[in-house]
Amino acid sequence: MQSLWKSGVLDPQGPVGAAQRLILFDATAIMLAIVIPVIVLTLAIAWWFRAGNARAQYRPDWEYSGPVELVVWSIPALVVMFLGGIAWVGSHRLDPSRPLASEAAPIDIQVVSLDWKWLFIYPEQGIASVNRLVVPTGTPLRFAITSAGVMNSFFVPQLGSQIYAMSGMATRLYLQADNPGQYQGISAQFSGEGFSDMRFIVEAVPPAQFATWLASTQGSGEKLDVATYGKLGRPGLVDKPMTFGSVAPGVFESAIRNAIQ
Amino acid sequence: MSLADDLTTPVEGDEDKTPYSERGPAPVDVVAGFGFWLFLLSDIVMFSAFFAAYAVLVDHTAGGPDGLKLFNRTYVLIETMCLLLSSFTCGLCSLAIERRDARGTYLWAAATVLLGATFLGLELSEFSRMIADGAGPTRSAFLSAFFTLVGTHGLHVTLGLLWFVSMMAQVATLGFRPIVVRRLLCLTLFWHALDIVWIGVFTIVYLGARW
Amino acid sequence: MFGKLTWDAIPFNQPIPFATSLGVIAVIGAIVLLVLWKGWTRYLWDEWITSVDHKRLGVMYALLALVMLVRGFTDAMMMRSQLALAAGGAEGYLPPEHYNQIFSAHGTIMIFFVAMPFVIGLMNFAIPLQLGIRDVAFPVLNSVSFWLTASGVLLVNLSLFIGSFARTGWLVYPPLSELAYSPDVGVDYYLWALQISGVGTLLTGINFTTTILKLRAPGMGYGRMPVFCWTALASNLLIIAAFPILTATFAMLLLDRYLGFHFFTTDAGGHAMMYINLIWAWGHPEVYILVLPAFGVFSEVIATFSGKPLFGYRSMVAATMGICVLSFMVWLHHFFTMGAGADVNAFFGVMTMIIAVPTGVKVFNWLFTLYGGRVRFSSPLMWALGFMCTFVIGGMTGVLLSIPPADFVLHNSLFLVAHFHNVIIGGVLFGAFAGYVYWFPKAFGFTLDERLGKAAFWCWLVGFYLAFMPLYALGLMGATRRMQHYHETGWQPLMIVALAGALVILLGIVLTGLQLYVSIRTRAARIDRTGDPWNGRTLEWSIASPPPPWNFSTLPQVQGADAYWGMKQAGREAAAQEPEWQDIHLPRSTPVGVVLAFFATFAGFAMIWHIWWLAIVGIAGLTVTALAHAWRVDSEITVPARDIAEHERRRQRP
Repeated sequence: MQSLWKSGVLDPQGPVGAAQRLILFDATAIMLAIVIPVIVLTLAIAWWFRAGNARAQYRPDWEYSGPVELVVWSIPALVVMFLGGIAWVGSHRLDPSRPLASEAAPIDIQVVSLDWKWLFIYPEQGIASVNRLVVPTGTPLRFAITSAGVMNSFFVPQLGSQIYAMSGMATRLYLQADNPGQYQGISAQFSGEGFSDMRFIVEAVPPAQFATWLASTQGSGEKLDVATYGKLGRPGLVDKPMTFGSVAPGVFESAIRNAIQ
Repeated sequence: MSLADDLTTPVEGDEDKTPYSERGPAPVDVVAGFGFWLFLLSDIVMFSAFFAAYAVLVDHTAGGPDGLKLFNRTYVLIETMCLLLSSFTCGLCSLAIERRDARGTYLWAAATVLLGATFLGLELSEFSRMIADGAGPTRSAFLSAFFTLVGTHGLHVTLGLLWFVSMMAQVATLGFRPIVVRRLLCLTLFWHALDIVWIGVFTIVYLGARW
Repeated sequence: MFGKLTWDAIPFNQPIPFATSLGVIAVIGAIVLLVLWKGWTRYLWDEWITSVDHKRLGVMYALLALVMLVRGFTDAMMMRSQLALAAGGAEGYLPPEHYNQIFSAHGTIMIFFVAMPFVIGLMNFAIPLQLGIRDVAFPVLNSVSFWLTASGVLLVNLSLFIGSFARTGWLVYPPLSELAYSPDVGVDYYLWALQISGVGTLLTGINFTTTILKLRAPGMGYGRMPVFCWTALASNLLIIAAFPILTATFAMLLLDRYLGFHFFTTDAGGHAMMYINLIWAWGHPEVYILVLPAFGVFSEVIATFSGKPLFGYRSMVAATMGICVLSFMVWLHHFFTMGAGADVNAFFGVMTMIIAVPTGVKVFNWLFTLYGGRVRFSSPLMWALGFMCTFVIGGMTGVLLSIPPADFVLHNSLFLVAHFHNVIIGGVLFGAFAGYVYWFPKAFGFTLDERLGKAAFWCWLVGFYLAFMPLYALGLMGATRRMQHYHETGWQPLMIVALAGALVILLGIVLTGLQLYVSIRTRAARIDRTGDPWNGRTLEWSIASPPPPWNFSTLPQVQGADAYWGMKQAGREAAAQEPEWQDIHLPRSTPVGVVLAFFATFAGFAMIWHIWWLAIVGIAGLTVTALAHAWRVDSEITVPARDIAEHERRRQRP
């Protein structure tokens, strides 16, 4: 059980996820302070005023009290004002398209959701991969996300925010992995038959190791061009992650322009 | 005593001091009219969804023609005049109904139907010209939204015309009995509502096109 | 000749749907044979099928909802058992192509054909009685509404036997639901069924709004209306404002699918996110269309069983109408993850939270209604207390989800699934059951078995917690919704607990059925001759159970809030002198509703399968039926005064 929590949103591995977990905890604590007393009071009041209890005072006409009404409106209003503040500030601070404060320069990654696999393009490095996302730790990741067809949602629970992948447009998302490790990525928006297997693995590695990986990948293996992209776009699953040592320019842009039919 | 009268029995006692909300069930005319108003409101909500879709998609021409290229303002102005005039004749028809004047009712209803049919004919010829020019609803999202919005209004006009015809048959066969008069009231409301929607179409679609 | 329809549409090679089809056909056949054999056809036709009596229609709505609850729950059991099995490399027993239909059908049926008919059924039955009137504003239209709903139900269920249902989720998001990605008839079944039943719902909204605003007993000002009527008013206003959006949105998707339009396609400038905006502009108000009347039921039940007026009546009304308005300003919280930008997300997040204020006020007011009461723990109150404790948890997780950054990690997860089941089961369904046991004796003149009723309640309550608390946890662990299988074997124990919860709920459903059966068998012992078994406060309890077709022999004169309570306190002075009874005119039964629905079903089926000639026949049938009805002159029957006098005299000496 303990280890189970260690894979979801309660075990964040980056600044975005950590901030979101804090909000979850804070908001839950604030609301539990109201919810638990309400539940207890409901049961206690109903039981105390049960028909058989001679000690409870029956007040058949008690239907209004100004002060009580004031309290009744104030409690939820105050809680909501407080939580509303958290929501407002949080929305801005954790806006997916807001750059993360960091010394390191962000690394660009383009994401295309295909039926039913994830294509990752590293435009500056000129490489690409499918269902496997290798990233350096401690470096902001700047994602541009689109879909070649139906809608998906790009989500790595341990890194934080998800965002939709939609045909014909690119959504922006900043994430960062602080600790090395392997994190599960999924599509969080139902997209058809192969949806359950539309998963990818995020391998967060120290920057030095990332550089090694880049060097070994660049120029080796297949090239991602229009033909291979078209093949990838056919509905179906891929057995294991793939990498492409070089990428024809403009694959991502053309994916936005004309979704695969 | 009919159900209607039954429901209108006034509250005993001092009429003036009783607030409206406490006077008991409203008369059947009021109930029917009110219900139909609600229906019209719901219809306008439906139109507003189509308007919203049009506003969102107006620039989504996918390389196809836009409104500026397609719409002929003079032509649409004639269409509009036909429909506005039909609202006027529809109003005259209401007055004839009020007088229980069958001849006047037929006359003004016929005028309304004629104007409505002219409007519809003009609209259909505009549609067919656009489709012939390769600017049909399947060309782009903008044209899908255009044909749906304007076409839904046209469909309403068509239904209104059929309703007019059947109501004249009702007047001829059943006479001006209360239920027929109530339906006539609803029909005239419907016709005016179509005018209001058209004003929206004219303003947003035709005048709103980037000239 | 038959469009796309061929023998391939019948699922001969799929054992589960095929066997189910045969089973359902056998049950329907057996019912038909029983009806014929017993000679009940005439009775059913005259007294139920063609009835325009709001009480009969209310009962039929509730029955429809209960039957569809079983269907929707069967889907739920299949999903839960599939997920209890399909961990690690296992694929379970339902392939995606089948599983995806099941969760789509489950959502569609539970919302449109269980929750909606149940709530509308309660409104049908109770509102005219609470308002002290003889029927709704448009009784014939009411029957049309019901039968169009039934037509939608029929079409959705037909997809089990002929063809398939949508595999796209219950709101058929494009582009997945577009022809390019869903070429078969599944989405068409969904769209036509909901278009037809949607018309019925819209007519209900118009009908009840008119009824509540224009037809109330003399003296019943707005400040004296029972709270259930207020919540129903809010709900019906929302129907009028929201359902046309649904109709328009579905119309656009239909045009895309049938005529090659480009509203939501991925090409030619189509814009799928517009669909998602529009559908939730309907979808969020829909939540309140369902839950507000449930709040109304709880208000009635808590006041009645506490022996007190509802605390803070004005606050309750203000809160209801506040929710009614606010519900239209929050739709975007269903897709914060679209990337709309911080200001937009923050605005909709805060608006969503603001709805928690009037809702919280309601909970507190119920609490203070109990306070100082003489609380009787009958089963309607058990449902109400179960609701109060459960709903606040659902409300809490709802507010949590309304915080955009929190939603970014919880969106579409099983946490979300747990949240909306928490409010829909804990709110709407508990409310529907509370209303069902509360008004049952009014409808049939005998009470339901309390022991079995309470047992059913406990099963539902315990089953709910067992089934959905694990889903909250799973959502936090990163489990998303609509998975057909999952890789993390560690999730399996929780999935099995959830299945166990579903089994406990199953027991609750069985007990509900058993309760009905036992109560009918022992009805002689549980007859209620007073018409007021709960010591009620509102006008429906002032008349006989079951009420006569005309409800009120004379229209009641309302002197204050909780009209009947006031009358009881003042003593029945009317008993001394018998009033002058008068003839009463009632709307005559008509088959127009069922005939229209008959043609609508054929037209819908024909459109689904592209059988154009049949569609034309169906539409022609609809037109001719409507015209024939328009020429009907004799639309009322008269109940003579002596029948009314006889009824009232019999009531005086039971």
